[in-house]
Amino acid sequence: MATLATAISTPRETAVETYNEDVVRWFAIATVFWGVVGFIVGTFIAFQLAFPVLNFDLEWTTFGRLRPVHTSAVIFAFGGNALLTTSLYVVQRTCRTSLFGGPWLATFLFWGYQLFIVMAATGYVAGITQSREYAEPEWYVDLWLTIVWVVYFIVFFGTILKRKEPHIYVANWFYLAFIVTVAMLHIVNNLAVPVSWLGAKSYSLFAGVQDALTQWWYGHNAVGFFLTAGFLGIMYYFVPKQAERPVYSYRLSIVHFWALIFLYIWAGPHHLHFTALPDWAQVLGMTFSVMLWMPSWGGMINGLMTLSGAWDKLRTDPVLRFLVVAVAFYGMSTFEGPLMSIRQVNALSHYTDWTVGHAHSGALGWVAFVTFGALYYLFPRLFKVKRLYSLQLVEWHFWIATLGIVLYVTSMWVSGIMQGLMWRSYDSLGFLQFSFVETVEAMHPFYVIRAFGGVLFTLGALVMVYNLYRTARGDIRAEEAMPVAAAVRVAPAE
Amino acid sequence: MPAKIEKDELSGMETTGHEWDGIKELNTPLPKWWVYLFYATILFSIAWWILYPAWPSLTGYTKGVLGSNQRLEVEERLAEGRARQQKWLEQIAAKSPAEIRADPELLRFATVGGQAAFATNCAPCHAAGGAGQGFFPALVDDEWIWGGTLEDIEYSIRHGIRNVDDPQARASVMPAFGADGILDRAQIRDVTQFVLQWSGRATDQAAVARGAALYAEHCASCHGENGEGMTALGAPRLSDAIWLYGGKVEQIEAQIWRPRHGVMPPWQGRLSDETIKMLTVYVHGLGGGQ
Repeated sequence: MATLATAISTPRETAVETYNEDVVRWFAIATVFWGVVGFIVGTFIAFQLAFPVLNFDLEWTTFGRLRPVHTSAVIFAFGGNALLTTSLYVVQRTCRTSLFGGPWLATFLFWGYQLFIVMAATGYVAGITQSREYAEPEWYVDLWLTIVWVVYFIVFFGTILKRKEPHIYVANWFYLAFIVTVAMLHIVNNLAVPVSWLGAKSYSLFAGVQDALTQWWYGHNAVGFFLTAGFLGIMYYFVPKQAERPVYSYRLSIVHFWALIFLYIWAGPHHLHFTALPDWAQVLGMTFSVMLWMPSWGGMINGLMTLSGAWDKLRTDPVLRFLVVAVAFYGMSTFEGPLMSIRQVNALSHYTDWTVGHAHSGALGWVAFVTFGALYYLFPRLFKVKRLYSLQLVEWHFWIATLGIVLYVTSMWVSGIMQGLMWRSYDSLGFLQFSFVETVEAMHPFYVIRAFGGVLFTLGALVMVYNLYRTARGDIRAEEAMPVAAAVRVAPAE
Repeated sequence: MPAKIEKDELSGMETTGHEWDGIKELNTPLPKWWVYLFYATILFSIAWWILYPAWPSLTGYTKGVLGSNQRLEVEERLAEGRARQQKWLEQIAAKSPAEIRADPELLRFATVGGQAAFATNCAPCHAAGGAGQGFFPALVDDEWIWGGTLEDIEYSIRHGIRNVDDPQARASVMPAFGADGILDRAQIRDVTQFVLQWSGRATDQAAVARGAALYAEHCASCHGENGEGMTALGAPRLSDAIWLYGGKVEQIEAQIWRPRHGVMPPWQGRLSDETIKMLTVYVHGLGGGQ
């Protein structure tokens, strides 16, 4: 653990009462650890798709079993720990009070959540799954997560209730919406009857198209509330802090918050276009997705425009750049999403790599980048050291990872659109122009490029691990200071 | 805590007067373009609800003025496609592959249709264009294990080879001469040398001489006296340079010791009669049809 150096925080950050930062520190380390695990597994399965021999002909190492390890590791282990890290940090600071329930409840929350991750991942490798995308864990893991999640709610909401600020800060609205909605999604989608008390297998309470709709109501809102609302909470604290500017518009934050959470919950059916789902449900899902465009962009506007008057900082502050580029990727993905939900577009994009590219522009560009920004902000503060070990390494991380994302997303766009066009090619006599195997062959070069993009993204994360490790030890790299912009900077009005 | 409204110097906007951990908020009004685009997406959605099936009720749902129905549209498009092919498929159903081949226009249609069916159903083993790969024979040359006439090809496609699904599947089994103790290693070496002399690759003339008698006794009944093969039994020609399971001396010896046997599923019942005929004509036309 870090030595307790003299506190370096600005006067306003000086705590009136001792915040529980031990648990935040553990969660921050877990975020970094699981992130690297998730990125490595993701890169490996990307290579499996390009070179199937890497499945090794062993059941435990096949793509089918490792893919949920990757998705759960990045969403629930990396993303989940990032949300826990930041929400527990932010809620204490913005409520000026320590965590409700004391250190024991927080400690249970930490180890309980890590146990959930380990139980889920080991199950996948052993072939235990209920085959619901992003909800693969079987009933016993689901029950455990439910207990942990209720504790999370109690800790978070309890802290808000005993706050010493008159108002609840916008970041906490988003965190609370995320915690409450994920609880509801998790419980309903996982309603199942176990076959036996000692066996892993269970059967869902739903069947047929109702089952599919429940699953994608869950699946889409895992994106909407876990990866969007929760991470907007991160954005609303760390962007104004790092930019040292007031949030652009309070009114916009209210309107887009309520619009976002009201509309998101209905958008799930767009995952089931052209299936057994009735036409009317498809149309409703699609239109609610289209209406979601501006509510989503409200968060982007508030993130980007908070920098107005401080744009010059982007040149000198790579941490702020991570946060801001994350918001830009968020804007891009939340435009692409409504576009892809339109049935005529979806007819081309559905089941292709375009979807995979879309998911990763959000996951790598938005979720991971905003988390990296928050981690770079948090580590010096959590370990009570003067500053990050090296800003130049942050700069390297930023460019390596950005290049990785660009390779990933563009290769999947090309591959996906090509795949979709090949599938629907007919000749004048009504015969299909391409067989499935031919489309797979045509995608191969793009799979290689995508895997290489994954390698870059993972390398960038390893640079971060080294930087954060040295930061936690209190080391400071002798390096030239970032060139300071000449622009006049006005301190925020006190 | 009383709200302390301030004026932000950079933007000229007032704050809301609240502060959390040093974070303040400006009271900027909603951007106009944002509000109008939001309204536009709502109008777009309302237009869709009017045009397409959208809102459920207790007894049904709003049908939309376009009368759109996904299932009916798929049916219509499939029917349209079928209608376009109808006159050709009727002729194909009524004719034999030989008759199809004799009609240039019908042959053109059957070749295109056969190519599409081949790419989906056959190319995974026989490779794109029937080039062959691994232990799956090439279909573009004039070496036919089970015969290369239209009738032979059609039979192979319909019933397949050595499968358990179709009692009429082509079947033949070469004995495991080595593994079952019929020939010893030295004898297998001799027979191999004898077989190789047809393609001019024998290296041991004494072995060739010894192998001749063994070949006549054990192999000639199926593979022919001069290694010409016998398509009725699926016994491949041995006198050319094509070796499905590898042409190295060790590979040929291994095949005699414990032979590999190719398997192909029956396609009758899975593909339509017309598709099988089109495939027959297509494969026959790849280059080696007899």
